[in-house]
Amino acid sequence: MTVLLEVENLTVDIPLAAGDLHAVRGVDFTVKKGETLGIVGESGCGKSITSFAIMNLLPQSAVRNSRRLVFDGQALDELSEEQLSDIRGNKMSMIFQEPMTSLNPSYTIGEQLIETLLRHRKAARREAVERAVFLLEKVGITAAASRLKQYPHQLSGGLRQRVMIAMALMCGPEMIIADEPTTALDVTIQAQILNLLAGIQSEFQMGQILITHDLGVIASVAHRVAVMYAGQFVETGSVAEVFETPMHPYTQGLLACIPIPGKTKRGSFLGSIPGKVPTLIGDQTGCSFANRCAYVKEACLLKNVPMNSIGSVRSYRCILSSEVCYQNAREAACS
Amino acid sequence: MNFNPAIDTQNLSSVKPIMELRNVSRTFMVSQGVFRGKKPLKAVNEVSLKVHRGEVLGLVGESGCGKTTLAMMLLGLLTPGQGEILIEDQAVSGWNLLEITSRIQPIFQDPYSSLNPRKTVGQSISLPLAIHKTVQKKDRRQLVEKMLEAVGLPGRFYNSYPNQLSGGQRQRVAIARALVMKPQIVICDEPTSALDVSVQSQILNLLLKLKNQLNLTYLFISHNLAVVEHLASRVAVMYLGRVVEEGGCERLFSKPLHPYTQALLKSVLLPEPGQGISNVNLGAGFPNPIDPPTGCTFHPRCPQVMDICRTQSPGSLSIEDGYVECHLYRKENKNYLN
Repeated sequence: MTVLLEVENLTVDIPLAAGDLHAVRGVDFTVKKGETLGIVGESGCGKSITSFAIMNLLPQSAVRNSRRLVFDGQALDELSEEQLSDIRGNKMSMIFQEPMTSLNPSYTIGEQLIETLLRHRKAARREAVERAVFLLEKVGITAAASRLKQYPHQLSGGLRQRVMIAMALMCGPEMIIADEPTTALDVTIQAQILNLLAGIQSEFQMGQILITHDLGVIASVAHRVAVMYAGQFVETGSVAEVFETPMHPYTQGLLACIPIPGKTKRGSFLGSIPGKVPTLIGDQTGCSFANRCAYVKEACLLKNVPMNSIGSVRSYRCILSSEVCYQNAREAACS
Repeated sequence: MNFNPAIDTQNLSSVKPIMELRNVSRTFMVSQGVFRGKKPLKAVNEVSLKVHRGEVLGLVGESGCGKTTLAMMLLGLLTPGQGEILIEDQAVSGWNLLEITSRIQPIFQDPYSSLNPRKTVGQSISLPLAIHKTVQKKDRRQLVEKMLEAVGLPGRFYNSYPNQLSGGQRQRVAIARALVMKPQIVICDEPTSALDVSVQSQILNLLLKLKNQLNLTYLFISHNLAVVEHLASRVAVMYLGRVVEEGGCERLFSKPLHPYTQALLKSVLLPEPGQGISNVNLGAGFPNPIDPPTGCTFHPRCPQVMDICRTQSPGSLSIEDGYVECHLYRKENKNYLN
């Protein structure tokens, strides 16, 4: 499969009064055609900032650096704002979390849908409308032609999210970044939307980055997963491997926090991760998970921990050897 | 650790429920536009439920199905249009709010908005004590600090403001405030939805611990079915203002009867790879609650719809451990249970 997006050593710093906030601290990943990379982490870990950094939608004060940021053969960090606008919404588009706030309330959904096509493809209005109707039907909206004249407030949350997906697909993008696409929706609608996205993605062989805090969504949809903590990836690998044998203590802790019917004993106390996320303001030394880790040693605090690779896709950021990590994962699964 | 071994969920009919709802309904009049008058919206429609002491009743359903309206009526913030609510066999209708709040307390979803930002943690938690005048002023601080300790916060937080606390800590304060009056029943309305996974498990553990210590009864409203399955002893599934299935948690999750419950359970995504997403075939259309479908309100989305469903409301059918509202389980139909 061809590589669509390559990111190497991506960092984002946001200058604040108290010092620089290191929101993203050296993230590496690739996304291939037809592949879904899930980025999972808790709020404030930098997963959304990572996606904004790729799209160059960061707040103005933020400073982005990278060794390599290549999308479809083009170095994104060398492009002008105008050239970037040609890519955004065209070859690479984004689905945001809140369908309530990301649609403009004062335009009909028809106008908002065709806008992208008129901007990027210089299409005739009639063609654009036809494409909008086609895509609305594709995402499962009935009476699509009449929906075009409706305003966002006339649609339910699930329908609005479908409109967002249709909008992201208007120009036939090669890559989609979906930031919590189903968090605001009910479970029944969530299943439908995720099914829909997966179907469309494999049909058009798009690359996808799926950002979510919901491990269930990642397990069901993504091919590969990156677990993010305090601005860094702490573990990457295929979904099956990471969920089966989580290597990093944070991943292990995260999975123990969720009740899994059939596995977790009903009414028993759940696992938890003590402590809280360290502040990312100022210089960081040592493992950022050290203050919450059950296996912490002196060496963890002294220097930054590099990623250890096992095989081609699996890696984890911990000073423990892979044998010890496997052992810990097995013990965690038994208790 | 078992939930409450003293309660046998199968044989509850002999024990008196601590809280009972009898055919409770609440209708709102919704404006249709300037000249078109108002139409009724049945937010809660003839709901009957029983909750026993020490139980956790899980209440699940999609947004807009009436879960929160039901909670508001139990808290005395809304009065039922019809039907009655009984607490320990006494009708609540004549009570004033003080009487209700001394027995039932809420924990809300959003710890960012449920605490007053201008009041310190201590002021927020001691306010119920001041209003109910149950504890002398000089003893309040000590009691509040004890309460803070019980929810896992240091006593020095007494003088902190909510903006100095994290989301999990704020939810702990909200729990302390709910429990300071020693209520018997706690209504938890999505208590962990706004929290991260690792904080969610801490709060759930705390709720479990306090329930066992204080023999509390919870009405646990959540859209997270895995959490409900983990905590609840009984579960009620709501759809368009009606409880369409109610029963013991274990049975309901292993053998759901109502097609809506079945679809709801199938939609749950577990953190176990390789399961994929099952197609629940529910269609997009959550019906307009102002103009609900005739007959069984679920029929337009039901994969097992029959002719009778379109015209006749199924009414509630008793089953071994609760009830279900579905024509499939009537005597003349193939799925008849007994």
